[in-house]
Amino acid sequence: MSGAAAPPAIEVRDLRRVFRVRQGLFAPPREVVAVDGVSFRVPAGSVLGVVGESGCGKSTLARLILGLLPPSAGEVLVEGRRLAEMDRRARARLIQPVFQDPFASLNPRRRVRDIVAMPLVAQGDMPRAEIERRVAEVLERVGLSREQGDRFPAQLSGGQRQRVAIARALVLRPRVVVCDEPTSALDVSVQAQILNLLAELRRDLGLTYLFISHNLAVVEHVATEVAVMYLGRIVERAEAEALFAAPRHPYTRALLASVLTPEPGLGVPDVGLGDVMPDPANIPPGCRFHPRCPLAFARCPAEAPVPVATAAGIVECHLENTAAARAAA
Amino acid sequence: MSALLEVAGLHVRFGEVAAVRGASLVVARGETHCLVGESGCGKSVTALAVMGLLARGARRAAERLAFAGQDLRDLSDRAMSRLRGDRMAMIFQEPMTSLNPSYTIGSQMTEVLRRHRPGATRAQAVDRAVELLGRVGITAPGMRLGQYPHQLSGGLRQRVMIAMALMCEPELLIADEPTTALDVTVQAQILRLLAGLQRDLGLAILLITHDLGIVARVAHRVSVMYAGEVVESAPTAALFAAPRHPYTRGLLSCVPVPGKVRRDQPLGSIPGVVPRIPPGFAGCAFRDRCAHARAECSGDVPRRAAGPEHEFLCTLAPDWARAEPVAA
Repeated sequence: MSGAAAPPAIEVRDLRRVFRVRQGLFAPPREVVAVDGVSFRVPAGSVLGVVGESGCGKSTLARLILGLLPPSAGEVLVEGRRLAEMDRRARARLIQPVFQDPFASLNPRRRVRDIVAMPLVAQGDMPRAEIERRVAEVLERVGLSREQGDRFPAQLSGGQRQRVAIARALVLRPRVVVCDEPTSALDVSVQAQILNLLAELRRDLGLTYLFISHNLAVVEHVATEVAVMYLGRIVERAEAEALFAAPRHPYTRALLASVLTPEPGLGVPDVGLGDVMPDPANIPPGCRFHPRCPLAFARCPAEAPVPVATAAGIVECHLENTAAARAAA
Repeated sequence: MSALLEVAGLHVRFGEVAAVRGASLVVARGETHCLVGESGCGKSVTALAVMGLLARGARRAAERLAFAGQDLRDLSDRAMSRLRGDRMAMIFQEPMTSLNPSYTIGSQMTEVLRRHRPGATRAQAVDRAVELLGRVGITAPGMRLGQYPHQLSGGLRQRVMIAMALMCEPELLIADEPTTALDVTVQAQILRLLAGLQRDLGLAILLITHDLGIVARVAHRVSVMYAGEVVESAPTAALFAAPRHPYTRGLLSCVPVPGKVRRDQPLGSIPGVVPRIPPGFAGCAFRDRCAHARAECSGDVPRRAAGPEHEFLCTLAPDWARAEPVAA
């Protein structure tokens, strides 16, 4: 390791995941391409925000990176090590999830203390006293009291349950945490508490986050870099400030336009996406966004765009190609 | 502006939990009134109490509960169900739970009209359903009538619910978190649709939401609920320009606003959680979470006027906040 540059915390190479779904008892199965040729690197200590509408593949991407789903093609590396070559225990020490609904992901029959201890117990080689010490330490770190450690999940509020889920994710001292809609089920005042806690933990423990959310205002607040997904592909990726200040892809622009900030008098914007809804079982030819794109032209349905490098990241749009060509000429 | 829905001193109790404690609000004809608050604050229960849809075992009492001048308090169940779906209609967060999965869109839509207008023929009901599906922006409405709810996307289902609510030309539409389950892009479309319908049909809308962004963009008037009480009520511009209740101010500071909130700064937050209030609770319910709490907060809390039609429920003086801008 000495001398060599540190590997990125997460590296994803040409990742692809296909699901076969049956539409009816006798209908032939159809292929749903949930993640289609996704590549990126997340440097250690940063936060990659992933945004997109439901069905865009962002949760499938999270499960692939967590190793909860095997990819159909491509590979995932965490801290330079291939996920596919690691056993479950080694993986758990490196990367951990925090999901949307803590009530669904916490065992209702176990006390908070035991839920948080589970990953340590599963490692199989830690003395009891050490487990208790580590659990007490992490509960305090996420702002739960000793007494709350003795309760059952049903006796806690939504925000406290999400703190339990965060404690469980951190007890093995992982390097990477995948947060899939971690505050979507919470009230705004509690959401703010949890976002502040996540930010503080990242700073103090040097964590790297993959942060998935449909709430762009939240992603803007926490992410250092943002990837916009549409029907399985990353159509734009850029450093967060640049993306929000100057979105390039028409889809990114529409997403940003639909954020309703608490500013009276502005009304509800027309995002101009029309009525066609994206269907991952039926991906349009050419640019997959063209049926909804207000700027689509002849080339869009005919030919799939390739990613073009920009100052702050990449964009996958034919307009970008023509803009780049015009600039070069 | 004449009042269409008047609620004053509304109380709802479920056993030992006081869910609504003396809430008052007025929805004027043709306006959008937003009821905003966190989960458990009593906003949905208030709407259900107005519609006469509370669960068995709930106890409702009110000083005034009137729709278009008609007292709803002593109305029989039959009279109430004649009103519901006819002159006042309601839509919910998850349309799949309110649509019957085993009937087509068409049969569910026409049933509403034929139930409330016994003279209407089947053909008239179908015509009306097609017209409304077109009105809410659904393409090929004739074909949609034969489809089942599961064949539609979430956004389309919510449009169907809105169209169904409009079958009898209601004067009041109560919408309980109508866009919470939808993507932001679809949310914007549905909110634009509601605003357009209101303009064209003169509909009054009571919109229940937890999202201050929605409130700012669509409401004419806002009531902020906390622990069963309306703690602040004001015209939208006044509420956002000069919020007075510490809870309202806390909520506004919790929302990340792209370009406005410093990314390296923590968000504002309100410590603690919404309490459960037992019957007979006295004083301000927010005092345990409030940075300005004082001894008098455990006594009677006055309702103070902060401006034209702007009231808040607090022991602080109306001009207390002038010295303290909302933390961003």
